[in-house]
Amino acid sequence: MSQDFRLDSVGLINRDKKLSFKFNGKQYFGYEGDTLASALLANGVHLVGRSFKYHRPRGFFGAGVDEPYAIVQLYRNNETEPNIKATEQELFEGLEARSVNCWPSVNFDIGAINNFLKIFLPAGFYYKTFMWPKSFWYRIYEPFIRKAAGLGVASTKHDKERYEHKYEYCDLLIAGSGPSGLSSAYAAAKNGAKVILAEDKPRFGGSLLTDDVNIGNQSGKNWAEGIIAELKTMPNVVVKNRSQIFGYYDHNMLVMSEKVSDHLPKTKKYHPNKRLWYIRAKEVLISSGSIERPIVFGNNDTPGVMLSSAAKEYLKVYGVLVGKNPLIFTNNDSGYETAIEFQKHGVQPTVLDSRKNPESEIIDEAKSLGINIKNSYVVVAAQGYKKVKSADIASISDDKKQLGKIENIICDCICVSGFWTPSIHLASQSGNKTKFKEEIDAFVPGTSKQQETTLGAANGVFSLEETLKTSFEKGRELSKKITDNDNEVSIPNVVEKKSSKHDKFWCVPLPAGKNYKRFLDFQNDVAVSDIEIALREGYRSIEHVKRYTTLGMATDQGKTSNLNGLQLVSEIENKVVPAVGHTTFRPPYTPISIGAIVGREVGKNSKPTRKSPMHDWHEKNNAVFVDAGVWLRPRYYKRGNENLFEGSKREAKNVRTNVGVCDVTTLGKIDIKGPDSAELLNRVYTNAWLKLPVGKARYGVMLREDGIVMDDGTTTRISENHYHMTTTTAQAANVLSHLEYYLQLVWPELNVNVVSTTEQWAGAAIAGPKSRDVLQKLFPNLDVSNEGLPFMGYMEGNLFGVKARIFRISFSGELAYEVNVESDNGNFMWQKIMEVGEEFKIQPYGTEALSTLRIEMGHVAGSELDGRTIPYDNALDGLVSKKKDFIGKRSLQRAAFTAGDRQRVVGVVPLDKKTSIPEGSHLVKDANAPLPNPKLGHISASCWSVEYDNPFSLAILKDGKNMIGEKLFVMSPLKNKVIPVEVVSSHYVDPKGERVRS
Amino acid sequence: MLYIKCPHCGMRPQIEFSYGGDASVKRPELNKEISDQEWNDFVYNRKSLRGKHLELWQHISGCRQWIKVERDTATHEIFKTFKADEEVA
Repeated sequence: MSQDFRLDSVGLINRDKKLSFKFNGKQYFGYEGDTLASALLANGVHLVGRSFKYHRPRGFFGAGVDEPYAIVQLYRNNETEPNIKATEQELFEGLEARSVNCWPSVNFDIGAINNFLKIFLPAGFYYKTFMWPKSFWYRIYEPFIRKAAGLGVASTKHDKERYEHKYEYCDLLIAGSGPSGLSSAYAAAKNGAKVILAEDKPRFGGSLLTDDVNIGNQSGKNWAEGIIAELKTMPNVVVKNRSQIFGYYDHNMLVMSEKVSDHLPKTKKYHPNKRLWYIRAKEVLISSGSIERPIVFGNNDTPGVMLSSAAKEYLKVYGVLVGKNPLIFTNNDSGYETAIEFQKHGVQPTVLDSRKNPESEIIDEAKSLGINIKNSYVVVAAQGYKKVKSADIASISDDKKQLGKIENIICDCICVSGFWTPSIHLASQSGNKTKFKEEIDAFVPGTSKQQETTLGAANGVFSLEETLKTSFEKGRELSKKITDNDNEVSIPNVVEKKSSKHDKFWCVPLPAGKNYKRFLDFQNDVAVSDIEIALREGYRSIEHVKRYTTLGMATDQGKTSNLNGLQLVSEIENKVVPAVGHTTFRPPYTPISIGAIVGREVGKNSKPTRKSPMHDWHEKNNAVFVDAGVWLRPRYYKRGNENLFEGSKREAKNVRTNVGVCDVTTLGKIDIKGPDSAELLNRVYTNAWLKLPVGKARYGVMLREDGIVMDDGTTTRISENHYHMTTTTAQAANVLSHLEYYLQLVWPELNVNVVSTTEQWAGAAIAGPKSRDVLQKLFPNLDVSNEGLPFMGYMEGNLFGVKARIFRISFSGELAYEVNVESDNGNFMWQKIMEVGEEFKIQPYGTEALSTLRIEMGHVAGSELDGRTIPYDNALDGLVSKKKDFIGKRSLQRAAFTAGDRQRVVGVVPLDKKTSIPEGSHLVKDANAPLPNPKLGHISASCWSVEYDNPFSLAILKDGKNMIGEKLFVMSPLKNKVIPVEVVSSHYVDPKGERVRS
Repeated sequence: MLYIKCPHCGMRPQIEFSYGGDASVKRPELNKEISDQEWNDFVYNRKSLRGKHLELWQHISGCRQWIKVERDTATHEIFKTFKADEEVA
């Protein structure tokens, strides 16, 4: 198929490489160097989508990041990505894209009926209409709106692409590679500064690619190419294209998204799809340029109406004519530049200028080329539905209020220029208080808050000569501050045409008797009339107007609409624009893929995984693993077809009858050394620690200052000034920080050192009535009798040549020992235990059996020490010293903590001895009481008691102390269960604790 | 992301630190009789200042030292950082 709108030789595309692509199922061709937008326009395709609300036909409005319309669903290498701007997507062989927001097709869209219902869809329509009746929201309104609204569709498949994060530091970060960015980068690089120059487009040069200017006796484009080529050879410079700096954060950190692979049919092997750069810069130079703004007129959203700068870019960069009969509507000289380009390439444009008698070099050139110019003329309305067919135009009075007689002229596109809006987003994000610059009718950066400087068009400076001069100087000055070098760079001479002043005119009045939609925000279908309604209904703050009407929202973030919206509000409110103010600029400047933000922290890499030294053994022995924080722990060791319930029951039963072994490496371990160690422990734990002898362990509970239990565990005195503390797996890091806090800040006089040794020691808990037999086999030369190693005793031993620590402590409530060896020997220890334990029927047990054993013993753990309970609640009040002070003690005097009916841990057994009790269920007195049924407590942990072979739970129950023997109900609305239960002691098995001492 | 000068290690990104609250709070001495009000002020009551604020941070992924940071809570400007035992000028 021929490309009817492609010029023969103009542009920067590679005509030797033809690319085929598909749009809405139809095959087209373009060239290497095209965007999807330029390739479609070359083929005469202007209709690309439907608008958000009214489903009006949509074409192309811009040529880059500012594009509000041309959003497509992209298909690449069997993946799909929504909301891609066709103006930014580079063409590659085999690209496929589809229109969004239309059904069944972009040419015939049923939703377009909204366009005829538009008087019923004013601003705030959803808020007003879908409020009542309330019950309709979930069932009817929301599903309907969800279906009708929104742009593209996210893929539900796993994203196979790889995204990388990179951290970088530099002296100068420069955003934008137009004349300003290139000059400052060059000057700074010559001073030896470490420079990063970022350009969001594939080509460097910014406006120099399209403007007819001369720098240093060569074209602006050639000058830019020369500078870039030189910068690329310098070792202190990083030059990046396809890289958008989208956010300016605290302390001069900026984030940049580099599109590494989006321009290729398929991501190369070992390459990421996108790379997110976190850049900490000493100085930031913002040379992000400016975006042309539209003039508002009737039906100004018709495909074929576009920015004049975009038309020029399509022509000069891509060799594409956006029309063959263009009408140019301008209030400044920029429109003439586009007209001149058309004229030079054999297309006769007509220029409508809202100004009366403008005079400048550019206009003179246009006149000398014979371009048809109408002064004091405006476009009243575009005509045509899916494409501009003609325009209603009229003369306009000097006060811009009266239109003359309306004439209709034939045209196939309308190129609009309403002057330029500096891109101040990054400066504003940095905290810069922007100011309104009257001469250009736009906001520019004011006083810098961070180390940022805005230059060139982004700073409201539109003269190339001035931009180059200030940018060279700034680059030199800022880099000199950092590197101390001061190399002079000669500023090249500039030839540019002088322009005349623009017209402060932005909206064409409606002709009498006409009701054209005049759009301000093209992406969200916000028209002049919507803003008028919002103001009439009392919305005053520009932030409220934005949210009520959706002006400036969605993927283009109002890049072309914000200022015109402000102009309108200020006009209606009779305020000056700076008094209305602008809405907050928030990152990201352009949409950023979630994948890029997430980076490689997906799936199993979303958090680190910690494994014990015995992990491989567990894996080989059919362990089913469970996440315990970042640790992986065996939950049970599956035998045959066993499920979790059967397996854990077998393992727990074996501990109670024979002996089991459990990997307890994950327990937090803290090594405590120094002459004041005992004093520290005495202040940290609620019980007394000063008299613990060497070779003994003690159980302790520590509180936060507010009296809530923080953690529990045993600490062993290894030698005179050396202790070994254990914490729960979950609280290991917090407890270490806690100790460091008190040692460094509160009691620096204590001579104590603490360090985490969690990973230095592998631990195995050997539990059960036959555990002593196993231990004796492991340490044949040690006296491990009840007298030699009593309960809470400690000794060191030699485990087949390996140094070991032996603690007689028990979590299971059985006779039990914990053996620690250095981590490298963990696997060796485990295998020896299994070997010598075989004759005693040893079995490994996982966390599920571990839980069962501790629950039926009434040992509290994380589900009871849940950050809401005090020692009394956990029946640990016996461990609270009355004599000494400790962290959190004063809080225990609070009235609520000493109340007579304070909650306390109890046991709960279902009356039928059969029904399992869901954890988290509530306990109530009367199952049939009216709602809200008063809650007496909750089930904190449940198990199947292997001792009694029936369900057993722990609960935190109000006045638990006096509730033993009461009959209550467990209510679980989530599981739809009501279970009659009896309250019993939490110590369900061996209440006297005889086994651990046996 | 803040850029914090650890007095022991130098400039480090915020992700290496964890926040520890108001640094001006002083824990009452052990074994001292104090009123409910004093204790509540220590445990719960904080000013939540807008502006200059002396706060604690711990260089948790670095030297593990607790440090004091003088920071503006509105602008995030960091004026100065101190070691735990350093006098705040």
